[in-house]
Amino acid sequence: MFKIRKIKDKLSLKIILIIAISFNLLLIVNFILLSVKSEKIFESNSLFSLLLGGNWQPLGGEFGLKYFIAGTLFVTFLSIMLAAPLGILCSIFLAEYAPKKISVLSKSIIDIFAGIPSVVYGIWGVICIVPAVAGVAHKLFGLNITGYSLLSASVVLSIMIFPIITNIVIELIEFVPQELREVSYSLGATRWQTVKHVVIRKIYPGIIAAIILGLSRAFGETMAVMMVAGNVAAMPRNVFDPVYTLSALIANNYGEMMSIPLYDSAVMFVSLVLLVTVVLFNSIARIIIHRIMKNGIK
Amino acid sequence: MRIAEYEEIFFKVLMWLAFLLMAGTLLFIIGTIALKGIPAMNWDMVTKSAKGGFYLGKEGGVLHAIAGSFCIAGGAGIISIFISVPLVIFLNVYLNKKSVFSSVTRFFMEILTGVPSIVIGTICFTFMMYIGMRASLLGGIIAITILITPVMCRSLDEIASQVPEELMTATFALGSTKYEAGFIVFFRQIVPGIVSSFLLAFGRGIGDAAAVLFTAGFTDNMPSSLFEPVASLSLAIFFQLEMPIEAVRQRAYASALILTFIILIISILSRMIAARYRKFKV
Repeated sequence: MFKIRKIKDKLSLKIILIIAISFNLLLIVNFILLSVKSEKIFESNSLFSLLLGGNWQPLGGEFGLKYFIAGTLFVTFLSIMLAAPLGILCSIFLAEYAPKKISVLSKSIIDIFAGIPSVVYGIWGVICIVPAVAGVAHKLFGLNITGYSLLSASVVLSIMIFPIITNIVIELIEFVPQELREVSYSLGATRWQTVKHVVIRKIYPGIIAAIILGLSRAFGETMAVMMVAGNVAAMPRNVFDPVYTLSALIANNYGEMMSIPLYDSAVMFVSLVLLVTVVLFNSIARIIIHRIMKNGIK
Repeated sequence: MRIAEYEEIFFKVLMWLAFLLMAGTLLFIIGTIALKGIPAMNWDMVTKSAKGGFYLGKEGGVLHAIAGSFCIAGGAGIISIFISVPLVIFLNVYLNKKSVFSSVTRFFMEILTGVPSIVIGTICFTFMMYIGMRASLLGGIIAITILITPVMCRSLDEIASQVPEELMTATFALGSTKYEAGFIVFFRQIVPGIVSSFLLAFGRGIGDAAAVLFTAGFTDNMPSSLFEPVASLSLAIFFQLEMPIEAVRQRAYASALILTFIILIISILSRMIAARYRKFKV
């Protein structure tokens, strides 16, 4: 009897260890797989010409990613500019000001919206945002555009990353001990002064981390952006110009990838760029947040 | 003091505006999907699969895509239960709190959650080419498993951390092995958590399009075998919307409504189970 229990215990430990170790290796395996696959592209192209070249002609063997990288950066940056201030204001409101009922209800609604698929956001963008952007451009600037543009993509993306930023910032604000606020109030500070000088100051690095997490989500988002960005590989002159992102490039080229030499290698390289950037951003943000949570706020 | 008061009012108004803007936008999204989707909805959409010329506006529905999505997300969800439950029990029962391995694993979970689904899609696609597999249900299941396992692990780990430590101490004091403590005592405590995090992961899986784009392919047929391509609802929406024919675009709206409805039901269900569990905690 005793023996069977021992054997079960040992066996279970071994099985779990295999699962746990392979789980941890997953990311590394992914990285190696993509690196090996994208190695071929470096035989004929330098890293410099890949990242900064403006020519994307797979048939001619030219794989310059300049416009795609620029498109991704513009979309990511603009969507963060829209989402970060709104997200931070909303989380301060929900954590500090709002009545308990509104705050509890809003938090679960925000969670639900974090789970809505990107195609749904994309279709909403096509129905509402794209015509609206076209209308605004026509009325205010006299431009005749389709509305599939940098601005549309950024608006849709900003709504998608809003829940990520808000959730983390709310969690951080609630982590600030109540006594700190009470000290501030007892010194005669108003609520906003307390928020500004005590709460925000304490969680400042965490807010940056939340923004970085939103940034990395925006960086890799594919379907919604692809549906509204217009997908034209050129440098956008203003926010009403179409852009083409790295993720959309991968998604749009999977069909032809096999028939042209080096094409698959180039697409894998793009994928590697996305993976490395996102993993880097996420690691930085997570380390900052862990540090705050571990050391506590005093 | 007057300036401080004005500042208070100014930021209070600003916060209310930000809140109302976001709340309004979120309602606006659901409203738009419902308003556009309901007129385009009919029974054919959910009871029939695509017939010839479906993408040219002829009759048919998206039942094959709904079934495909459920097969992919369901299969992936079940596999990820078998990965995440042992992993979470390992982290919470077998290892002690300060173990390096557990913090490394938790860190990897968080990083993996953030990996874009298109990257997972290309990686799986490369792997499939390597072993000579073509786009199929199995490929889709593998890709979605990689996508949702970290999500499920994190959610389950959070629920598992609420199991009282005294319970585990008492179990060990009675002389149980780690296996018995983990898979009998601890497991019973997290069963509702497994259900709610499964639903959360399932919801993530069912809505994803980028990861199944390469790996599961697309078809007009009902899913029949693990090695045949399957359709998915999210890709069906994407392809229908790209068609220039109005009747097909209408169907994209209806499909989006179906998908949103499924996601809402799943996430409300998952939340209800989680809330219920919190009430009856030991």
